[in-house]
Amino acid sequence: MIDAGNTAWLITATALVLFMTLPGLALFYGGLVRAENLLSVLMQCFTIASLVSVLWLVAGYSLTFSGDGVWIGDLSKMLLRVPRDAVSGTIPETVFFMFQMTFAIITPALIVGAFVERMRFGAVVLFSALWLFLVYVPVAHWIWGGGWLAELGVMDFAGGLVVHLTAGVSALLLAVVLGPRAGFPHDVKPPHAPWMTMTGACMLWVGWFGFNAGSALSAGADAGMAMTVTHISAATATLVWIVIEAVKFGKPSMVGAVTGAIAGLASITPASGYVGPGAALVIGLVGGSLCYVMVMVIKHRFGIDDSLDVLAVHGIGGALGIVLTAIFADATLGGIGLAEGRTIGGQALIQLTGLVAVLIWSVAVSFIIIKVVQAIAGLRVSPEIEEQGLDLSIHGERGYNM
Amino acid sequence: MKYIIAVIQPHRLDAVRQALADLGVQGLTVSEVRGFGRQKGQTEIYRGAEYKIQYVPKVKLEIAVSASMADAVVGAIGEGARTGRIGDGKVFVLPLEGAMRVRTGEMGADAL
Repeated sequence: MIDAGNTAWLITATALVLFMTLPGLALFYGGLVRAENLLSVLMQCFTIASLVSVLWLVAGYSLTFSGDGVWIGDLSKMLLRVPRDAVSGTIPETVFFMFQMTFAIITPALIVGAFVERMRFGAVVLFSALWLFLVYVPVAHWIWGGGWLAELGVMDFAGGLVVHLTAGVSALLLAVVLGPRAGFPHDVKPPHAPWMTMTGACMLWVGWFGFNAGSALSAGADAGMAMTVTHISAATATLVWIVIEAVKFGKPSMVGAVTGAIAGLASITPASGYVGPGAALVIGLVGGSLCYVMVMVIKHRFGIDDSLDVLAVHGIGGALGIVLTAIFADATLGGIGLAEGRTIGGQALIQLTGLVAVLIWSVAVSFIIIKVVQAIAGLRVSPEIEEQGLDLSIHGERGYNM
Repeated sequence: MKYIIAVIQPHRLDAVRQALADLGVQGLTVSEVRGFGRQKGQTEIYRGAEYKIQYVPKVKLEIAVSASMADAVVGAIGEGARTGRIGDGKVFVLPLEGAMRVRTGEMGADAL
């Protein structure tokens, strides 16, 4: 039975989540690259959004959300072959299809942050298409489509594993295979437009209300609490980054503050439907701090040019949220309560099982995809093109005609 | 006639313009430029990573004046642009051989 209120909220939430990618994430990333590569980043996000939309209709949705396979769905809903008035829960299936599509769009788009300024456009398209079907779709089915991790009892409300961990670890791997940008780590150009990054981050923050509160799939108490904890975690993690930078460098930066917000948002995502506002403070505090440390570790200790810190901010945040969900979902700590008879330790073990499974799958399958794309299309642009910037040499346009 | 080129800190431009206006300078040309001197660029920090900025933003002024005014103009620029910190910039004075006001065709010092 279709509920008008729920349907109205989910249509709104769908628009909010699409807005996270177009233009939120595109601007967030675009401001962080040098001016000669701005359009390539916008173009990659825009292209991935369109590509995934079509692939989601063709078979992505069906393989994720139809049938009762343990590992993968079936093809019964290819091209969304459902009656016009089909219902999913209390909303039209078309709305559920669209809402989930926006998640499938933003996840491969997140990976863009790892390979900016140096990946061939054809390779981006091919990688994203293969990655959608071979990494995102199976994992989304395992956790949200009734697969084996759902049966196990993994709690991932809005995509700590499905979205942030899959994208984060695949991004890191791609950055390793692709190699660092010329001049990394000391002679790469600084972000060309921090204001643009701030603008994009704000769109992500607002859009995240649709992402997390929309994942309640209803317009009620769960959505309200998910929105509340999402906001509190983002605000807390922002303050964490401001304090760290103010103490460490004497200058709290805008780019740092908005990165903190995104870390807080990623960290609360898997927990957002299960925990209370007190937990959001803790998750924002721990998520913000840990992501800050991981940016330093990955870029400077490991020397990996995950250029815009996809793993450090999204992957680590999502994984941390998955673990903390086991603790703060407990009713005694203000959460909605764990499954009957299950202890925090027991749930933590289930969460870790899900985390390790998704981690291994993402790394192994992404590695194969990367090698296939490398063989077919070649991954990296020539040094001349990289030096000139991708905008003019690949897209034939400049971001700024001044 | 002298041609005076000054490279200064961008945020001192208004003070310099005021000092020159007080002196009766009739016009000047301003451009945004980048460069380095003894300051040798600067360091910026984004997400905890240091970026070396080799060329620092500066403002370049070009002013044509009669020879008798040159010293006063150089003094006014120094007065307006000086903060006492490294990176305040430099002023160069060149001999100027000719000038023409395009609208009227006046030549030499009359054109200034």
